Amino acid sequence: MTDLPRPAADAKKLGLVIDLDVCVGCHACAVACKEWNTGSISAPLTDRDPYGAEPDGVWFNRIHSFEVGIGDDGRTVYFPRSCLHCEAAACVTVCPTGASYKRAEDGVVLVNPDTCIGCKLCSWACPYGAREFDEDDGVMKKCTLCVDRIYDATLPEAERIPACVAVCPAHARHFGDLGDPDSAVSRLVAERGGYDPMPELGYSPTNKYLPPRPRPGVAAPAEDEPPAGFGLRALERWADRLFAR
Amino acid sequence: MHPAKSIVFFTVVSGAGYGLLVLLGVGAGGGLLAPRSAAGLTGLATALALVSLGLLSSMFHLGHPGRAWRALTQWRSSWLSREGVASLATYVPAAGFGICVYGGAMRWAGVFGVAMALFAATTVVCTAMIYRSLKPVHQWHNRFVLPIYLMFALSLGALWLVMVLRLSGAHATPPLYLAGAAVLATAALKLRYWSFVDATAGVPSPESATGLGRFGAVRLFEAPHTGSNYLMKEMGFAIARRHAGMLRRLVVVVGFSTPVILLALAAATSDRMALVFVILAALAGTIGALIERWLFFAEARHSVTLYYGASRT
Repeated sequence: MTDLPRPAADAKKLGLVIDLDVCVGCHACAVACKEWNTGSISAPLTDRDPYGAEPDGVWFNRIHSFEVGIGDDGRTVYFPRSCLHCEAAACVTVCPTGASYKRAEDGVVLVNPDTCIGCKLCSWACPYGAREFDEDDGVMKKCTLCVDRIYDATLPEAERIPACVAVCPAHARHFGDLGDPDSAVSRLVAERGGYDPMPELGYSPTNKYLPPRPRPGVAAPAEDEPPAGFGLRALERWADRLFAR
Repeated sequence: MHPAKSIVFFTVVSGAGYGLLVLLGVGAGGGLLAPRSAAGLTGLATALALVSLGLLSSMFHLGHPGRAWRALTQWRSSWLSREGVASLATYVPAAGFGICVYGGAMRWAGVFGVAMALFAATTVVCTAMIYRSLKPVHQWHNRFVLPIYLMFALSLGALWLVMVLRLSGAHATPPLYLAGAAVLATAALKLRYWSFVDATAGVPSPESATGLGRFGAVRLFEAPHTGSNYLMKEMGFAIARRHAGMLRRLVVVVGFSTPVILLALAAATSDRMALVFVILAALAGTIGALIERWLFFAEARHSVTLYYGASRT
């Protein structure tokens, strides 16, 4: 059903919180996601020409690296991009077959691979590029929030989290109910000022990004400091000239 | 956006067919069709052939065409689904129109004709709304897209109607002027649209897309992959400004100026030459529209490119 669901009062809003202050850009989350969605009960993800000249495939999670600001304020930020499980998900409403849907009980946005016709309109509707077309299966695929892990009672409770969250070595990824203001993820978002990417488009993403923390001020080295000790600077200059010959 | 040939062909050719259906239906409703009119029946057959050819072509865009019937189910929320429903629904009054014209029941032909015109126009509106409703694509999410789709359908429909009329032995000149006016109106709209997309860009930026603008300008340092992927092939397709400019001029010359000149010539010459001119006019108009629709995709920039190095859309 491609109308957006009216969530029940006790419905959850499951999502991820990604800490851009901590992410080191190791791509472990991308690899873990690819492995889980290719090696377990999900349909295999396309992986064409993997060792050849033009590898091409479907990944649900992709890590971009951005250079932000200049000078002392400049930094490199690693930005993992995957489905944000938006509340006003246009990818759900544009789907003509109902294959793209948002679950009322937990807000997870999914694609039913048995009814998807592969028209690609959902990928056009998503501003974040969350959906990719699988050429081998002829259907659209996207982050499932590991619904096959989080509800799997045969897994130990500690492992019932998305693969990307479980594997992150820097603990930059968090999973939980963002609809519960007392949950750990909600408190994290409140403390750190978690935000939506591209909020001006009005998709109301569930996932939040935590911004890099401001740097402590770095004092600029003073020029023309009087030399410590007895004319050490003059000695250095003489030594430079000596060894430059 | 990558211009899919099947979709470019579908929107232009089916659009022309629906435009022709609108004109036939309105004409019948206005009492302009003679009983058992050869022009009416030829026009209907031509229009339905164009529509059907276009719809079949659009199936080639799908990963699972065998499941396409499912696309009729979500009309409550999806413009694409509404387009599917309207496109198939149009065949019903069209069949009624055809039967009545063939049987000489011109009053009922008028009734079916008006219904056919409404359904046909609705289908074109739904097609346009599919693009107009997409927020991530600034060049589609604006007030020009709906009128442009409608005018292209009507002007192409008028060019094909003029050709059908001449082939059926109807030599009146007013349809020539109608078609000429429709082409000129379409040209004016299209030129206005091009000024708009040249002068404006989408609101999102790399800074808003990453939320890192608070630290300064955001530049892509390293893409997530060294090779290409579906997103870059589908949404990252970009045509150089220079090439787009050349293709735009081609649209104006082939798609707008040539048909208008040929229609004027047809109005001024003998019936035999006029037939050649109107056939060429319909051909030129259709080719111009195909180039225009290709550009409509090629000049569109999707917000996901902001994550891949674009500084604006």
